[in-house]
Amino acid sequence: MLESLTQIFSLIFSVSFILTVITASTPLLLAASGELVVERSGVLNLGIEGMMIMGAACGFAGAYLSDSTLVGALCGIVAGAALSTVFAFLTLGLAVNQVAAGLALTILGVGLSGLIGAGFVGQQIVQAPRLYLPVLTDLPVVGRILFGEDAFVYFSIALIIGIWLFLYRTRAGLVLRAVGDNHISAHALGYPVLRIRTLAVLFGGACAGLAGAFLSLSYTPFFIPGMTAGRGWIALALVVFASWRPGRLVAGAYLFGAVSILGLALQPLQLGVPQQLMNSLPYLATVVVLVLISRTRGTAGSAAPASLGVVFVPDR
Amino acid sequence: MKKWNIVAMAAVLAAAGLTFHAYAADKLKVGFIYTGPIGDLGWSYQHDIGRKAMEKALGDKVESTYLENVPEGPDAERSIEQLARTGHKLIFTTSFGFMEPTLKVAAKYPNVFFEHATGFKRAKNVSTYAARFYEGRYIQGQIAAKVSKTGIIGYIVSFPIPEVISNINATMLGAQSINPNMKVKIIWVNSWFDPGKEADAAKTLIDQGADILTQHTDSPAATQIAEQRGVHSFGESSDMIKFGPKAQLTADTDYWGGYYTKRAKDVLDGKWASEDTWGGLDSGMVVMAPYTNMPDDVKKMAMDTEAAIKSGKLHPFKCPITDQDGKTVECKGGDHLDPGQILSMNWYVKGIDDKIPGK
Repeated sequence: MLESLTQIFSLIFSVSFILTVITASTPLLLAASGELVVERSGVLNLGIEGMMIMGAACGFAGAYLSDSTLVGALCGIVAGAALSTVFAFLTLGLAVNQVAAGLALTILGVGLSGLIGAGFVGQQIVQAPRLYLPVLTDLPVVGRILFGEDAFVYFSIALIIGIWLFLYRTRAGLVLRAVGDNHISAHALGYPVLRIRTLAVLFGGACAGLAGAFLSLSYTPFFIPGMTAGRGWIALALVVFASWRPGRLVAGAYLFGAVSILGLALQPLQLGVPQQLMNSLPYLATVVVLVLISRTRGTAGSAAPASLGVVFVPDR
Repeated sequence: MKKWNIVAMAAVLAAAGLTFHAYAADKLKVGFIYTGPIGDLGWSYQHDIGRKAMEKALGDKVESTYLENVPEGPDAERSIEQLARTGHKLIFTTSFGFMEPTLKVAAKYPNVFFEHATGFKRAKNVSTYAARFYEGRYIQGQIAAKVSKTGIIGYIVSFPIPEVISNINATMLGAQSINPNMKVKIIWVNSWFDPGKEADAAKTLIDQGADILTQHTDSPAATQIAEQRGVHSFGESSDMIKFGPKAQLTADTDYWGGYYTKRAKDVLDGKWASEDTWGGLDSGMVVMAPYTNMPDDVKKMAMDTEAAIKSGKLHPFKCPITDQDGKTVECKGGDHLDPGQILSMNWYVKGIDDKIPGK
């Protein structure tokens, strides 16, 4: 028993384990950051998977044609945002049911990305470059972890800090939260509810697109249809797990990533931990969080935005 | 995940259904069901190459339809039935998980011929076919034992079905024939296709000492990681040398074109019968990708082993074989295991330090 625990600890605190976890967590964090803002504005977009795979396809295409990771990442962002305009048009313009529109968006994105990416399957690009700072990156242990990642990883952290500042330290963030909690009041106060929500949806699409671009430019630098393999749905669960709070979102993303890598890394050690259990842990945790949220609703104020998923038509 | 797959399937079927009627009726319509995208560069991709080869060989006597990304399990039934209902007289279902759905649909459509890949249940109008991938795996095991410095093979696997288990065993028997102390580390990723997870598993295996990666999953992620980290790998299903020009040693590739052409021709000639085909290196169903990134003597050894297996002189599962617990396995096929034993394999050979999930 003790020996097993020592083995697990030395595994968890090894540099290579932490590096693998960072790579696995980054796409989840990027996609979930965008969705957090979308949901905070009162819109539920289930189309993350579709926008993400579009980002992966267009990001790869962009990087392949231009030989530049930056161009690829921008293409991914634009592709995700472009697809989200379809969702915005349906749910905000035509007041269509958000769940149905989101699912349709995923199906559309998966199909369209296959079409766009078809010509790029099997092609090679140079993997996104990693930061290298003389001395700092060469520091033992922390050097590679803190100063040797690629731009996506640093950007994902900066992004969520930016979102936190925006939501809690700016007037615009306050308005966005107000729209998400009570769109009728916000509307009565003269705030452009639909315009704010449209911008939030576009932002969410851009983030999902960037997360997809990370997959095809850095995680596994190639494009294959369906390569997101359900990560969009995990990002969705993550937002709930984080109870719509940016700080918890970072913790959750890294926890989800760590548990999934642990599920793989423990297997060769033959410690008798069932891998099926490890694989289901993030979702079990999400269920537990949901139960806790529902118990504290009304007192702690950490529950879902009150208008989440509710269709809003001005002047009704 | 599951939910939108079903919806997507419905949409695909609706679209496919419309186009079916546009074709002339006198051609033999051949249907294919793939579990992955044809762009996976692995399993489904190779089947699609086979389909195209059949179309090319038989010209305007046949026309073919395929449905890709069909989830394994009960949902597949609908897709298979859709092909049967729309006039396809020969239907290939190309993944293990399509076994029961294929049999169910076949019972309803006695005039349609079905072919199920990698399964073991047949019916009057259901044939089975598979390739003896384990022959290639045995060669790979030998190469691994020669090339590896750490003595550890990293093995990324999907689901504990007999084909996967027998391939792990063949790899280890090959490796042990060169170096009895070779070790294998196994990671089950519970998916045929999840590039990110396959990459994570590959990194983890390298971190734990493996310097040869092999896989029974469909994407080239592991080969790409091997290339980045400077270790070696084997491609799976298709030649993945593009993703690992310095890493790939060889690949156990499948070539189905010859078989698909023959079976379609059998239907055209009215000679189709339910049978079990299990082709190996000798039949051209399993083809080894060029031996690369290894010393000449290892290359020669690999080619000699390949020739010996082809001529029947060497059987990867030659007796005696000891299982994981040290018991000698009953030898039903004379001096080697019989096909039934290999096709239903659910035990590890001695020297594998892993437990089969769910066992």
